[in-house]
Amino acid sequence: MDFFIQLFSDPIGFWNSHTLLISQIGINGIVATSMFLVLYSGQLSLAAPGFMAIGAYTSVLMELYWHTPVVLNVAVAVILAGIVGLLVGLPVLRLRGVFLAIATIGFVEALRLGVILNVPITGEGLGLQHEADPLGGVPIILVSLVMVVFVVWRLTKGRLGSAWSAIRQDEIAALSQGIHVARYKMIAFILSALIASYAGALEAHLNFFVDPGDSQYGVTRAVQILTFAVLGGTGFVIGPVVGALIVTLLPYIFEGAGDYINIIAGIFLIAVIIFRPQGIVGRGGLAIVRPAWWPRSRARAPSPG
Amino acid sequence: MDQQILNAIFIGSIYALFAVGYTLVFGILDILNLAHSAVFMLGAALTYSLVVNHGQPFWIAALLGIAASALMGLVIEHVCLRPLRRRHAPPIAALISTIGLALVIVAAVEQGKSGSLFSWLWVDGANSVAFPAGTVPNPTWHIGDLTLEASKVLIIPISIALMLILGYVMRFTQVGRGLRAVAENPRAARLMGLDVDRMISLTLVISSALGGLAGILFGLALGDISPYIGRDNVEVRGLAVIVLGGMGSIPGAVIGGYLLGLIEILALVTFGSNARGGVAFAALFLMLVLRPQGLFGTRLRERI
Repeated sequence: MDFFIQLFSDPIGFWNSHTLLISQIGINGIVATSMFLVLYSGQLSLAAPGFMAIGAYTSVLMELYWHTPVVLNVAVAVILAGIVGLLVGLPVLRLRGVFLAIATIGFVEALRLGVILNVPITGEGLGLQHEADPLGGVPIILVSLVMVVFVVWRLTKGRLGSAWSAIRQDEIAALSQGIHVARYKMIAFILSALIASYAGALEAHLNFFVDPGDSQYGVTRAVQILTFAVLGGTGFVIGPVVGALIVTLLPYIFEGAGDYINIIAGIFLIAVIIFRPQGIVGRGGLAIVRPAWWPRSRARAPSPG
Repeated sequence: MDQQILNAIFIGSIYALFAVGYTLVFGILDILNLAHSAVFMLGAALTYSLVVNHGQPFWIAALLGIAASALMGLVIEHVCLRPLRRRHAPPIAALISTIGLALVIVAAVEQGKSGSLFSWLWVDGANSVAFPAGTVPNPTWHIGDLTLEASKVLIIPISIALMLILGYVMRFTQVGRGLRAVAENPRAARLMGLDVDRMISLTLVISSALGGLAGILFGLALGDISPYIGRDNVEVRGLAVIVLGGMGSIPGAVIGGYLLGLIEILALVTFGSNARGGVAFAALFLMLVLRPQGLFGTRLRERI
């Protein structure tokens, strides 16, 4: 509990002693927003860690070998992720639901196990150590988070957002209304690739180390990012960010559980998703649970898609 | 090389057994049960613990391990799936709730050290252990260059027999007809007087029992039991298997299991151990792109 006491009693000291944690929350928030974008357009894509890896490796490798300015590196990394996103998206986006999820997992793991761990330039299993410019640290990350969330929020309010919503709710109906489904899905997929890659580049610069482990760029990470989005709620852009905040803070929230932290965290996860399948931020206000014997007074929880 | 092919068949049998349970749940509920790999691990861990820490004979321990896995199937249904069905939650919610349960199971085993709350379940923490030699009689034969260990060879007939029985039950018995009816259309099945919830519970019990058994066989044959065997060995490979064979198809999962075993061993021999996982995932990716219904899937329903 010291953690939260300090947060309120000594915010400046808290900021200084938890920079890394705050940065990680920011990065997770950005990735969660990239996940939101694909889910909002009705695509269960788990490709984000793959694009994060592209962002991280491209920006760090350029710095190590060519000593180019960091802004350029990040820009190239993001553009490269966009191109890869297009190439992967072309064949994959015909798939729906779980099939898309599994295909994107295939992409992520083929990239990590097949390419990253086998190409000498990436440091293979050892990862990359670098002393690159830390990109300004926390403020840059938090400003990026706000900007990304704002841009995505604006997009969901515009023409694109309406198209994505329509596709999410009923793809065939959207098609029959003249919405170019394939194109709009591809736009969402590529945008999410750009955002994920940017987050990956930021993260690599934060940690001074690029680790090709499963929990970083593999399935475990993909599942974690999905958890951010679904737990937070995929109806509103702020939901996944809230999910990222809560999931990243779980070890602090359940500090008292000691060794049993993961058990408590798992139970928490199940409880949240069962009592609020639409996510923490979602319609239905704070009405959490209606026991079976309680008189029915409101409609069932609307499904977010 | 011959030995490698033989190994591919052993490991393929385990993949198949694991994936049959995975695909059974997907075929009937359209939900990926991500706790399945945790059940796989639990079966192996509990059996090991009963043999080594509680001094039970292997056969009793294995039966209890399978029973515990089956019970865990009921837990999955009652804790993770049924409440969500009641609320008409989207399928993605079930993905998260089963991930949560997997987290709990793995964490419980991981924390099983002497003196902890879970010491009755497991005492080796995060370490990897193996059944002591002589747990089961394990005669070894040498034929030419091949080494045949009974514990590995026996996996093949056991898996095939179980999968044949399951296939028979699904196809020719009243229960199987009920399960297929629920898979086809739960509402119509309910109108025809089927107890849909009970059918789904039964599915989870069968699926988890098979998953637990696959874990026990894995532990016995490969001598590697740790809280992470499910996550590291079968979680994503299970997905690859059911995709290769066709989601929801039981014969597909069987063939897919052997196929993945073979692909992996070929990759291992051709490209070295680093490429093994990568090639499997590339195969998965290609399969989905070229033939999303898998080898044996006949129809691909609209999922929107």
